[in-house]
Amino acid sequence: MGKGKFGIFGGQYVPETLMSAILELEQAYMYWSANQGFTDELNDLLARYAGRPSLLYFARKMTASLGGAKIYLKREDLNHTGSHKINNVLGQALLAKKMGKCRLIAETGAGQHGVAVATAAALMDMECEVYMGQEDMERQALNVYRMELLGAKVNPVTTGTATLKDAVNATMREWAGRMTDTHYCLGSVVGPHPFPTIVRDFQAVIGREIKEQIYAVEGRLPDTIIACVGGGSNAIGSFYEFIENESVELVGCEAAGKGVDTPENAATITNGSVGVFHGMKTYFCQDEFGQIAPVYSISAGLDYPGIGPEHASLFEQKRARYAPITDTEAVAAFEYLAKTEGIIPAIESAHAVAYALKYAPMLGRDKTIVVTLSGRGDKDVAAIARYKGVSVSE
Amino acid sequence: MWQPSQDIRGYPSVSKISQAFSAGKAFIPFITGGDPDIKTTEKLLYALYEAGADLIEIGIPFSDPIAEGPVIEAADERALRAGCTVEKLFDLVSRVRADINIPLLFMTYYNPIFVYGTSKFTKCCAESGIDGIIVPDLPFEERDELLEPCIAQGLKLISLIAPTSKDRIETIAQNSDGFIYCVSSIGVTGERHALDESARHMVAQVRLVTDIPCAVGFGISTAAQARKVAEFADGVIVGSAIVRLVGEYGQDCVAPVSQFAEEIKQAITDI
Repeated sequence: MGKGKFGIFGGQYVPETLMSAILELEQAYMYWSANQGFTDELNDLLARYAGRPSLLYFARKMTASLGGAKIYLKREDLNHTGSHKINNVLGQALLAKKMGKCRLIAETGAGQHGVAVATAAALMDMECEVYMGQEDMERQALNVYRMELLGAKVNPVTTGTATLKDAVNATMREWAGRMTDTHYCLGSVVGPHPFPTIVRDFQAVIGREIKEQIYAVEGRLPDTIIACVGGGSNAIGSFYEFIENESVELVGCEAAGKGVDTPENAATITNGSVGVFHGMKTYFCQDEFGQIAPVYSISAGLDYPGIGPEHASLFEQKRARYAPITDTEAVAAFEYLAKTEGIIPAIESAHAVAYALKYAPMLGRDKTIVVTLSGRGDKDVAAIARYKGVSVSE
Repeated sequence: MWQPSQDIRGYPSVSKISQAFSAGKAFIPFITGGDPDIKTTEKLLYALYEAGADLIEIGIPFSDPIAEGPVIEAADERALRAGCTVEKLFDLVSRVRADINIPLLFMTYYNPIFVYGTSKFTKCCAESGIDGIIVPDLPFEERDELLEPCIAQGLKLISLIAPTSKDRIETIAQNSDGFIYCVSSIGVTGERHALDESARHMVAQVRLVTDIPCAVGFGISTAAQARKVAEFADGVIVGSAIVRLVGEYGQDCVAPVSQFAEEIKQAITDI
C-alpha cells in the first residue's frame, strides 16, 4: 500500500521517472518542516512579505441584508499578490531553495497561482516558468502580463481543453524531463503525495488564524465555514484546523458552471466518480470509460475536473459537504459583495459568497458563518463585464 | 475465449511473453489502438506481425496521457475522436488473436482500467487473449491493487524502471515478471536524436539481481539506434516513430509502417 492516503484517496500514481522526485520532496519536507529555522523563516516571510495575518472582517451590511447568521469574511484577498496562493508558494519556494533547486515551474488556471510563483521566484532569485492553458491566457490576459513583469516565462498550453487540467499535464511532463534543478510548485491540494499534504500544511494558516480571530470577537467556534473548491487548497486551508471540532460545519462550493444537469460544469463531487489521475485517487468528472471530462466554469481557477483527495475523504466521511454554485449565482454574488461591502471578490471566491447568500438566511441570528475570500476580483473585472455584455477597454 | 490455432508464421500455439525473447533480440512495436480507426489498427497488427514483431504493445487511448510526448498524445486524441473504446479493443484482440501468435500487451493509464473495474478489465483481457498490461502511471508502490487481479487472470503486469530509479531498481527488478520496461531517458515518450547511456547502466543494474529480459523504450526512432540498444538489451520498443507514421499517412499507413518495422527488425537480427 502506497503512502499519502486519505482513506482510500490520494496515493502516488505517477510514472516511475517522477518517483525519485516526489520521494526526494517528501524526505526534504519531512526534514525541513520539523526544522525551527525553516518555520521561523517562513513565518517571517508570511508576516513581513505576504502581510499575514489576514483580516477576519465582520460583514455588517451583508449580515443585516440577509437577516440570518452573522457573516465574517476571511480576507485572503488582502494578501500580497491578492490571493491565498502566496501562503503555499512561499513555503514551497523556500523548501525548494533548501533542496538546492534554482528553478520553479508551475501550472496556473486563473493566474493567481502563477503570479504567486513568479513573485516568490523574483524574491528568492529563482528562474520561473508557468504553464497556462491558451484559453485561460485569453480569459486572464492581465495576469499573464503580471507574471511576465515579475520575470517569469509563461508557456501557453494548447492541448486538450487548453485549461487548468492541461496546464497540470504540461507541467508534469516538463518536470519529468528536468528534475535535478527544478521544483514543481503545485498550486493546490492535488497531485501525488506529498503535494496534497504539503500544500494543505502551508494553507492551514488560514484556519488557524480564523480560530484565533473568531475566538477573540465571538468567544466561540464558528458554526459554519464556507470556501470555494477547485482543487481545494483555500478550502482545506480553512477547514483543516476545524476537522476535529465536529460542531463546525464545513462547506465546499464547487463550480456548477451552466448547471449540474448540463455538460458544462466542473462540479466534481456532485457529478463525478472515483478515478485515478494527476497522481491521485479521488473524484473526477469523467465518462464511463475513465476519460477525463472537458469541464467548464466561468472561473478559470475552479475549472478543474478533480478535487483534492483529502476533500474526497472528508466527503465520504460526511465531515464536509460540497455544494454546486452556477456561473449565474457566482456573478450575482460577485456584484452583491461589491455593492454591499465594497469588496470585489475573485470570481472563484464569489462561489463561496453565493452559497452564504442562500444559506445565511436559513440560520438564526445566533449563528456565525465564516466565508473565506480566497482572492480579490481585480483580475475578473473585464471578464465579468464581458459576461454582462458591457464593453470596457482595459 | 480465444482458441489457439496454428498461426500464419508456423509458430507453435503458445502465447507467452518469454517466447518473445527466446529467439534473439525482441522487436516490440507500439501502436495506439483505434488510431486512426479500429480497422486500420487491425491491419497494422497483422502487418507488424508479418514484419517480425516479437511482441506488440497496443495503447488504449486516454484523454490525458501525461507520460507521452506530443506524437502519442495526438494519436490518443485521434483514436478517441474516432470513437475508440476499451471494449472495441477487446473485440479487436479477440478477432486477431487466433492468427497473431505473439504476445499482445495493452499499454494504458490506470484510470481507464480503474474505472472499468480492475477485476472486469483483467478478466476481459484474459478472455480476449491479452498477455500482459503496462501501466505507466502505476508505480511499484501502488501496483498491488492491479497486480492481484492480474495474477488471478494469468496476466503479467510489466514493471517499468527509469534513469531516475537508482536504488529502486533492485526492488522493482526482484519483483518483476514477464520483462522489464527500461525507460531509456527522462522526460516523456518521443523520438530523440541521441540516446544517452542511462539504459545501458539500468540493464546492467537489473542483471545484478535477476535474469529477466530487459526491453528498452522511449526515444528509439531509427534502425541504427535500435541496433545500438539491442547490443545490450533483450528487446527494443519503438513507439513514437511508428505512431508518427500513422499520424502522417492515416488509413494509408500500413505500407510505410510495415517497411519501417522491417528495417528495425532487420537491424536487430543476428546481434
